[in-house]
Amino acid sequence: MSRRLPTGGVIDRNRTVTFRFNGREYSGHPGDTMASALLAAGVDLVGRSFKYHRPRGLYAAGLEEPNGLVTLGAGASARPNLKLTEIELADGMEAHSVNCAPSPEWDWRSVNQLAGPLLGAGFYYKTFKWPHWHLFEGPIRNAAGLGEAPTGPDPDRYQHRRAHCDVLVIGGGMSGLAAAREAALQGRDVILAETDFVLGGSALWRGDTDTCRAIEHELRAMGNVRILTRTCVFGAYEHGMFAAVEHCLDGTYAERLWLIRAGKTVLATGAIERPMVFADNDRPGVMLASAVHAYVVRFGVLPGQRVVLATNNSSVWPVAEVLRDAGAEVTIVDARSDPAEPPEGVALKAGTLVHRAKGRRRVKAVDLLSRSGASAGALDCDLLAVSGGWTPTAHLYSQMGGKLHYTADLAAFVPQQDDGQISLVGAAAGEWGDYNIDPIWEVPGPGKKFVDLANDVTAQDIAIAAREDYRSVEHLKRYTTLGMGIDQGRTSNVNGLAIMGEHTQRAPGEVGTTRFRPPYSPVTLGTLAGPDSGMTFAPIRYLPAYGWHLEQGALMEEHGPWLRPAAYPRGGEDWQTAAQSEAIHARTGAALFDGSPLGKIEVCGPDAGAFLDRFYVGTASSLKPGRARYGLMLDEHGIIMDDGVFVRIDEQRFLVHTTSGGADRIAAHLEEWHQCEWPDLDVAILPVTNQWAVMTVSGPEARNIVHQLDTDIDLTDFKHMQWREGTIAGLPTRILRASFTGEASYEINVPASHASTLAEKILTLGARPIGIEALMILRTEKGYLHVGVDTDGTTQPQDVGMAGPLKRKTSDFVGRRSLLREDGRRADRLQLVGLNSGDAFLNVGAQVLAPEGQVPGPTDGHVTSSYFSPTLRRPIALALVRAGQARLGEEIELYDMGKRLRATITSPVALDPKGDRLNA
Amino acid sequence: MYRYSAATLLRQAMTDQKGWPAAWRSTSPKARYSVLIVGGGGHGLATAYYLAKNHGITDVAVLEKGWIGGGNTGRNTTVVRSNYLFPESARFYDHSVKLYEGLSRELNFNIMFSQRGMVTLAHSRHDLEAQRRWANAMRLNGVDSELLDREGVRSLAPALDFSEEARFPILGGFVQKRGGTARHDAVAWAYARAASSMGVDIIENCEVEGFEIGPEGPTAVQTSRGRIKTGAVGLAVAGNSSLLAKQLGLRLPIDSLSLQAMVTEPVKPVLDTVVLSPAAAVYVSQSDKGELVIGGGLDLYTSYGQRGNLPTAQRILAGVLTLFPSFSRLRLLRQWAGTVDVVKDSSPIFGRSPIPNVFLNCGWGTGGFKAIPGGGWCFAHTIATGEHHPLTAPFALDRFEKGALIDEAAASGIAH
Amino acid sequence: MLSIPCPHCGLRDEDEFVWGGEAHLVRPRLDCSAEEWAQYLFYRDNPKGIAFERWHHRFGCGQWFNLVRNTATHTIEMSYLIDAQRPDL
Repeated sequence: MSRRLPTGGVIDRNRTVTFRFNGREYSGHPGDTMASALLAAGVDLVGRSFKYHRPRGLYAAGLEEPNGLVTLGAGASARPNLKLTEIELADGMEAHSVNCAPSPEWDWRSVNQLAGPLLGAGFYYKTFKWPHWHLFEGPIRNAAGLGEAPTGPDPDRYQHRRAHCDVLVIGGGMSGLAAAREAALQGRDVILAETDFVLGGSALWRGDTDTCRAIEHELRAMGNVRILTRTCVFGAYEHGMFAAVEHCLDGTYAERLWLIRAGKTVLATGAIERPMVFADNDRPGVMLASAVHAYVVRFGVLPGQRVVLATNNSSVWPVAEVLRDAGAEVTIVDARSDPAEPPEGVALKAGTLVHRAKGRRRVKAVDLLSRSGASAGALDCDLLAVSGGWTPTAHLYSQMGGKLHYTADLAAFVPQQDDGQISLVGAAAGEWGDYNIDPIWEVPGPGKKFVDLANDVTAQDIAIAAREDYRSVEHLKRYTTLGMGIDQGRTSNVNGLAIMGEHTQRAPGEVGTTRFRPPYSPVTLGTLAGPDSGMTFAPIRYLPAYGWHLEQGALMEEHGPWLRPAAYPRGGEDWQTAAQSEAIHARTGAALFDGSPLGKIEVCGPDAGAFLDRFYVGTASSLKPGRARYGLMLDEHGIIMDDGVFVRIDEQRFLVHTTSGGADRIAAHLEEWHQCEWPDLDVAILPVTNQWAVMTVSGPEARNIVHQLDTDIDLTDFKHMQWREGTIAGLPTRILRASFTGEASYEINVPASHASTLAEKILTLGARPIGIEALMILRTEKGYLHVGVDTDGTTQPQDVGMAGPLKRKTSDFVGRRSLLREDGRRADRLQLVGLNSGDAFLNVGAQVLAPEGQVPGPTDGHVTSSYFSPTLRRPIALALVRAGQARLGEEIELYDMGKRLRATITSPVALDPKGDRLNA
Repeated sequence: MYRYSAATLLRQAMTDQKGWPAAWRSTSPKARYSVLIVGGGGHGLATAYYLAKNHGITDVAVLEKGWIGGGNTGRNTTVVRSNYLFPESARFYDHSVKLYEGLSRELNFNIMFSQRGMVTLAHSRHDLEAQRRWANAMRLNGVDSELLDREGVRSLAPALDFSEEARFPILGGFVQKRGGTARHDAVAWAYARAASSMGVDIIENCEVEGFEIGPEGPTAVQTSRGRIKTGAVGLAVAGNSSLLAKQLGLRLPIDSLSLQAMVTEPVKPVLDTVVLSPAAAVYVSQSDKGELVIGGGLDLYTSYGQRGNLPTAQRILAGVLTLFPSFSRLRLLRQWAGTVDVVKDSSPIFGRSPIPNVFLNCGWGTGGFKAIPGGGWCFAHTIATGEHHPLTAPFALDRFEKGALIDEAAASGIAH
Repeated sequence: MLSIPCPHCGLRDEDEFVWGGEAHLVRPRLDCSAEEWAQYLFYRDNPKGIAFERWHHRFGCGQWFNLVRNTATHTIEMSYLIDAQRPDL
């Protein structure tokens, strides 16, 4: 049964598009929404309600639709919970109603209607406590939810764009078009954003489409107006920033997020009609009068032949006229006792209320009630159009803290305009024509009278909330879930709070509204995240010699932001085996380690030494040029922040090395202190980490290899903790003799673009590449600290054996005062030690038990680093142990996920305690 | 107290729901109370309840400037857990979880505490090591914990990205099975109802405007509903702690920042536990209604605006989609923010203040909801006895001078 | 999304900046009391309303500067150089 009128509508009748809904094929025209096409095709049932699974039909024509929710598409491409009224019809679409099984016609959960009397507001707070909520929760979860989530990664892409304009006009109806035109004629840069896919707003059915088209053409001809259709402004933020989502049809992006900074904003967002609250007011065939109006005029669909228009205001007069002109038999049932004359050919029952809608799957008739409370008979009908008044769409205004005032004349909350940045025009400002409302918030009488159709909240639920003292508008919302459905309460909020007011002897203005929150209309998560999720969420950094490492068979692993070689497995061995042999090689031959991510910061200027003295636990200014020293840096709380070797290049120039992870952080730290605390010191801070690649040659054969390089650097008498500079094969080169392996080491710095060349050269001279894993074995054998692994955010320098340098230095430095507090002087702090566990391997994270050995019980620390040492042929470990430095030799017990282990506390240095290898 | 049960529901259904009594008495203030609790959120209401129940003190009023439960109690992501590293934290928060476990029945109000587990994800070998330390520490603290391998995580949260291309590969994690979520508003209402039934006055729309302090401590409080005399004041006004403290002439080690939360449109069940990824700095659960409930890091500057800023929300959502690519096409339904007390070590400030008989319950940072029963329990003890409760003694204000911070995040490298 | 006036670069969106907390803190000497040190490290005015803060234009000129911002409304009153005196407002 087609309900399409023979003429009319802003649709392209020359073309037909086909789509599927709940498994059946339908057709419509370009210009239709899926809602209008279904309505034209005579589909009454579009879904089931959230809680009671009552049959529901289309109720609205716009974003306020509470009933017609579908999943569009399937599998990974599914879009759940779309409103039929927001889907611009396109060929080949497939949609399924949500939350009904198997279909809106037959839904087994409609048995919930039987339990309806039990399921009043708050019922779940009052039961399901015994024996346990868990018994009930599963079935309740399965019953809740609406559509099914997509099943795989999103195939679509989303774009982010920013824009600036003098004037942002939100809403492309007549008021918005006029505001845009006025601003544009004054030479302002204007952006006009409209949610719909055509401009015109309610003028598409209420006014004059030709005038809209004329203004649109005028605007499009101007150079200073950008028109964004299919673009919903959903959020208002500080300082004139608005966020909008554009549905794209260009095929590249599914949606585009606009962040628009506007000098001034005009809200021309119109108003939304309210339902009337009477028994069974949710039956299919009950619709907002404005929706009926839109369907008839904009889409050329006549949703019913015998129409009752139930109203409490005059805004339905034009609706009656278009229905009459389309051939329908129309009766206005008006709550007001002396409304104006009805349009010619339209019947009017004044002083009368619709008391109940009859018919389960389609409204068949209405029972009437006079204002005096007496029955006023019944009327047969197949469409019941309702208007309980209007509410200005002021969400964006409210989001930024704008106040809404209840205006009794309009029975509406109207923006109180007091702000030069944002102005409201047209219906959004409460300006609408002949209205003369007599608000009837709730029609008396029994039955299920829905206030919020999306969440199945009834007038009785509000009465319960009032009785139980959930009277604040926020309590009302939270206790009954009024307005929390996916229509975001567009049609229900004002009716709900006004009914609460009637129960508690308060005017609607005293009850007040809740503050609106973004988004105005639901926004796809993918659009908000845009290109910033997945691999770009935390970008990975690649070494300058990345390709070369792959050629060497490196197994890459993430360390901080960097992808680095963990090991170079050979001939099918696993990475652990490879790391063992790499570590052996470093102790017996020569190893090549790529240390390029090592942080490098040049600190220059006459005060460079004095400046660094204010950071290091040790002293920098006493260092001689060409020499290097190890230092710890603390934050102001005394916590170890970073460590590394610093070099004095010349009198006024230092090179600060940081951990790989600390490079950016320490540069920022030095800058902050310089700019904010000691701007008087004459220094410049220059991060050079990315300029220099570092190839470290380490091991007994390292010296031989370095001597074979084609370098002009004097290598004679080049000792541990010295630094020299010159060239290798004509390239600028810096060599630092410092070691993280315990072997004689040469950290060779060359410009980053030459990293692979140098690495290849060193390889041909006989070094073997080693990865991070081998380096960690080597440094753990030597008890060298790895900040962030062997220390945490509570570790201070005295905990890691740096009490000596602290004592020798008298001047202040960042964090020093914090060490002197009561907690810093405790003798029972966790201190870094070694553990010898014989043949037993200790997992990092195993807990040291207190001497009583109780589990649960107190902890005495934990294992921080643990490896099998191929050189010592036994497990080695470092640990933070309570008062550990005074407990060397003591046997302790450890706990690890149910297992108990034993170990002896030792010095952290397991190999070469005198450092002979370093100077070999 | 009118008992809620299936039987009363049935009886009310037969009488058209007309017999429900008020859940709590919303009253006007009397001239004097022994104890005034400032702040009608979860902590304030729980404190009033335990003052009455554990200590027999019922001459108590809870002063709320707006509507009860309207601050962070009604704005959080409802996670309840006690997976703490330090014994001081674990003891306190586990006490709170245990109280939560019995709360629905004790208060005769279903707060829907759902122990669906809290999974923390490990994305690297370093994460695995850090979490082994954490899980072991929890067991020493007497709190359940289990390490998970990749398959173990998959069985609990199959919607995570287990593909080869995942930006954050899932190597494993650990779970506290007793962790979960509860219905936040219900916690406030349940305590209000129980406290009210024992004689506590709950006074809404009553803003504190000043304190009168004598040598023995407070003598009266000036409010928007008049002057109220009292002998003891407990502050439980998370987010506004510094402002109330200023009225007392105190300064606190607190910054107020916005913490956002957001929900998607409801969908059928896709996530049956709470998932936290330290690397992505986000956590996600699914409510009984079907909404995905999403939280993440704090906003980046101080604010009393109770609204979240967009860049932070976008960052959080990008993190969620990095973990759960199939959530990309779901839609954000609501986004909101609470104002939270941020303390350097992310641990509460609790107990006596420098003024006699003025007590502090603040500094909960992002995690005050899970602490409501424990916080109320211990705060009631402190107010009733004037002494720290052993469980909250480590959280006294003097730790900032001593440097004895209890900094979970710093110790573990894992935000909490 | 704030629009922040960097004194060096002009108005820029907030995602170029990093908030640095209360401005004009005075760092005590090494021999200060534990109480003084705690006040400096931890205790803050944390006002609702006008706040004096320092900000870093990290993804811009790299400079630190001071900003006067209302923490309730997020209105920005002014910005000024990092080493300038606190204005009377």
